[in-house]
Amino acid sequence: MAERRLRPQPVEVSIRGLTRRFRGAVAVHDLSLVIQRGEFFTFLGPSGCGKTTTLRMIAGLLEPDAGEILFDGRAVTQVPPWQRNIGMVFQNYALWPHMTVADNVAFGLIERRARRGEIAGRVAEALRLVGLEGMEGRLPSQLSGGQQQRVALARAVVVEPALLLLDEPLSNLDARLRVQMRTELVRLQRHLGITTIYVTHDQDEALMLSTRIAVMHRGRLVQLGTPEEVYERPADTFVADFLGAANFLGGVVQSVTAGEILVALDGGATVRAAGARNPGFRAGDAVTVCLRPEILNLAEASRPADGTALPGTLRLSTYLGWVMTCEVELAGGRLLRVQTAHPRSHVRFPEGGLVMVAFSPEDVLILRENPPVPQTATTAAPEDAWTGR
Amino acid sequence: MSIPLPQQAPPRVDLRARWRVAVDPGHAALMVLLLSILGLFVVLPVGMVLKVAVTAADGSPTASHLLRFFENPLYIESLINSLAAGFWTVVLSTILALPLAFVVARYEFPGRMLVITLATLPLVIPPFVGAIALLQVFGRAGVVTLLLQDLFGVRSNVMEGLRGLILVQTLHFFPFIFLTVTTALANVDRSLEEMGQMMGARGWRLLRRIVFPLVLPAYAAGALLTFTKAVDDIGTPFILNIKNMLGPQAYLRITTVGRDDVDGYVICVIMVAISIACVVASNWMVSRREYATVQTGAPRPQGQALRGWRLGGALAVCGVIVGAGLIPHLGVVMLSFSKIWSLSYLPSVYTLSNYAEIFVRAPRFVINTIAYSLTAAALSVVLAAAIAYLLQRGRVPGKGLLDAIAMMPIALPGVVIGVGFLRVFYNITLPGIDAPLTSTWAIFALAYMVRRLPYALRASHAAMHQVHPSLEDAAAVGGAPRVRAFRRVVLPMILGGVVAGGVLVFITAAVEFSATIILVSRMEQSPLSYGIYVYSQSSLGRGAAAALGVVAIVLVAVGTYLANRLSGRGRMAFNL
Repeated sequence: MAERRLRPQPVEVSIRGLTRRFRGAVAVHDLSLVIQRGEFFTFLGPSGCGKTTTLRMIAGLLEPDAGEILFDGRAVTQVPPWQRNIGMVFQNYALWPHMTVADNVAFGLIERRARRGEIAGRVAEALRLVGLEGMEGRLPSQLSGGQQQRVALARAVVVEPALLLLDEPLSNLDARLRVQMRTELVRLQRHLGITTIYVTHDQDEALMLSTRIAVMHRGRLVQLGTPEEVYERPADTFVADFLGAANFLGGVVQSVTAGEILVALDGGATVRAAGARNPGFRAGDAVTVCLRPEILNLAEASRPADGTALPGTLRLSTYLGWVMTCEVELAGGRLLRVQTAHPRSHVRFPEGGLVMVAFSPEDVLILRENPPVPQTATTAAPEDAWTGR
Repeated sequence: MSIPLPQQAPPRVDLRARWRVAVDPGHAALMVLLLSILGLFVVLPVGMVLKVAVTAADGSPTASHLLRFFENPLYIESLINSLAAGFWTVVLSTILALPLAFVVARYEFPGRMLVITLATLPLVIPPFVGAIALLQVFGRAGVVTLLLQDLFGVRSNVMEGLRGLILVQTLHFFPFIFLTVTTALANVDRSLEEMGQMMGARGWRLLRRIVFPLVLPAYAAGALLTFTKAVDDIGTPFILNIKNMLGPQAYLRITTVGRDDVDGYVICVIMVAISIACVVASNWMVSRREYATVQTGAPRPQGQALRGWRLGGALAVCGVIVGAGLIPHLGVVMLSFSKIWSLSYLPSVYTLSNYAEIFVRAPRFVINTIAYSLTAAALSVVLAAAIAYLLQRGRVPGKGLLDAIAMMPIALPGVVIGVGFLRVFYNITLPGIDAPLTSTWAIFALAYMVRRLPYALRASHAAMHQVHPSLEDAAAVGGAPRVRAFRRVVLPMILGGVVAGGVLVFITAAVEFSATIILVSRMEQSPLSYGIYVYSQSSLGRGAAAALGVVAIVLVAVGTYLANRLSGRGRMAFNL
């Protein structure tokens, strides 16, 4: 029997005014967006931001209190999950423990009344796609976590779904496997061309996999854009802090000239920022200056404070070989996190010595908002700095 | 940049759909059905007992019946006897169970698993069956009595009155305390003890200050369970011919004075009050137990290996206690094969005629028991599975009420269920049969179902608990509508555990006596337990009673084994 290629027919998903409450608390509030055909779309946010609730509503496992979901312009809000033709991978994989791998994968085909002779071939094709040939007879309990994950993926795609939903599928894997599965996931998605909605709290996964990212916070959409957009031009301090790391300094716009903005910081220093990257500001605006650690470098204390450097005292430096992270205390007690990709040129600065923290105006972000509560040295999460971006 | 523009107000979802979000209509219908069934067979009978007890002749509420209970010297004596029997059963069970539990939980020695198995065996023998055997061993002409008389010239009868009752119940119920305490001891984090040792506590001081407080809640739960069961048990007093206790008094009032005698209902209410007090106290103790099971990642250390005189001592302790617990079993088996066993250490003539009697001449007892118990098991399994599903997955209000009502029978003495059923269903006739429901065999199956529903529910609950909701979600997304998802995913996973619950219902129903004796109206309908009682009333029938007892033991033992096997298989490897 000739093996058949999996050919899903991807849909476009529109969400309009989607709202869901749990016992009065709002889990998702008035969410509206359109997910393009064939897109790899990610809902990103901390736990409790409403991303999984949204995914479950798209799957039909949860009914919205208000709002509509449309597949290719057709309202599916009242359609039960078993008629939506979707594939879904759950956080715990949700493999049926009493069925073999083959039975797990074949489940949806049987429910769809696939022809009996066709089932075995399609199951084999799906398992080949995820690299599990020959595992048909195993029980889920006889598989490793990564293998269970692949079975769940095969089970989701074998039915040629119009839409693939992935609910934090990598969060139960160990770090090494997670990185490997990320690559395989993106390859599989490109290969099938299937519309995919991914839910995660992991910024690396979101940035690496997605065509577009919806950043959610407390049930609301805070920003929607390509990975580059949300990273390079975050909508607010929450996004800036959640994607990557950031130092925030409060200030007031002093002057706006052609191509350049001068911000007077609350501590007294001045910062120059490129106008092209920060459009629409006027003198007198209260703003937050956002300096990502990786754009900062240490310089000699003798360097002039010309708006591209801030004076401070080096409090702590940690050497990791490929990267080095430092904490610099500015005048007024604020701590700046510095992460340089050139540790060799930085080891000469002694802890406790006076330094300048230098940056280029093109890298400075200005956000229209008050800065968040000041971070102290102890609340800064070191693992953010180690991700090396 | 693509921050979404503010949209117009989201479309309203109409009221019907909104209601559907919180309450699933299918679940609501199931809830109504289940509450109706439980209302009819649990709430109504018990409520009726309570109502009769507090209603005056003219229909107004009154407490005078209840107050009169405390003015009747016979009732006061019965109350004191019941409480005293329960109390001394707990004391003696503690004396048997604690040393055994400690030795088994703390030390490693050859035959340890055998000791654990044998120590739970008393649970497979109904106490009133054990009573027949113990009469033969300790009674007026019993083996031990004769031995004492021949060797020392001591004339004694241990089985006389309450003493006999306490002895029977102790040998039957001590495994409850043994099991709870052994489990608790095994769960006590050994590092807590090591900490105590480092702080300078040793030996008895360590036991008293660290171990006992940690194990106390578990012990209290086991002790309260023993107490409840002892007060609830009316079969043993009947076999031993003790009438001045609560259960027998309730039975006598209802059967001799009549169904309308208020005093019978008042006694039932007193029994329920005692039982509920014990359950409440036990739940409270268990809820405090958390601190006894501090979890550590380290594997539980092996028990200390014993050698030399310590090993001998441990084996002696186990041998004596386990041996005592097995006396009833040995006695029953020997009695069932004996034709004449009177005024001699061992039977003088052996026979198979007792088995011929119960299997050939009067097989109705065994047949009835199997029919009633199977029906009760099937009914309670279906009911329990539905309740468990609704409790864990239902999107419908009233789950707390459903749970409370379904678990209520655990605090209801069998006598009370029997009396309530008699009161409610005596006037109800089934269409097609021109007789009250209480005169058909269905009444037994229904009463057993109600009485053992909590067991089935617990088993279903545990089985259902293994099915993570995402497994059902995965089936729904995979294309299976709800009923098919239940059939293909949920049912295969819970079947083992649910059936194990049914087996538990079957074996406990097979030896149920308290409700049975109230409901039996004709000998043809009588099950095994009542048959044992009837046979045991004549000295010639004791052999047949013992043979029925052996049948009961075999049923319960096989059932226990099956239930353990089934629930073991039901616990499938599903790790999150």
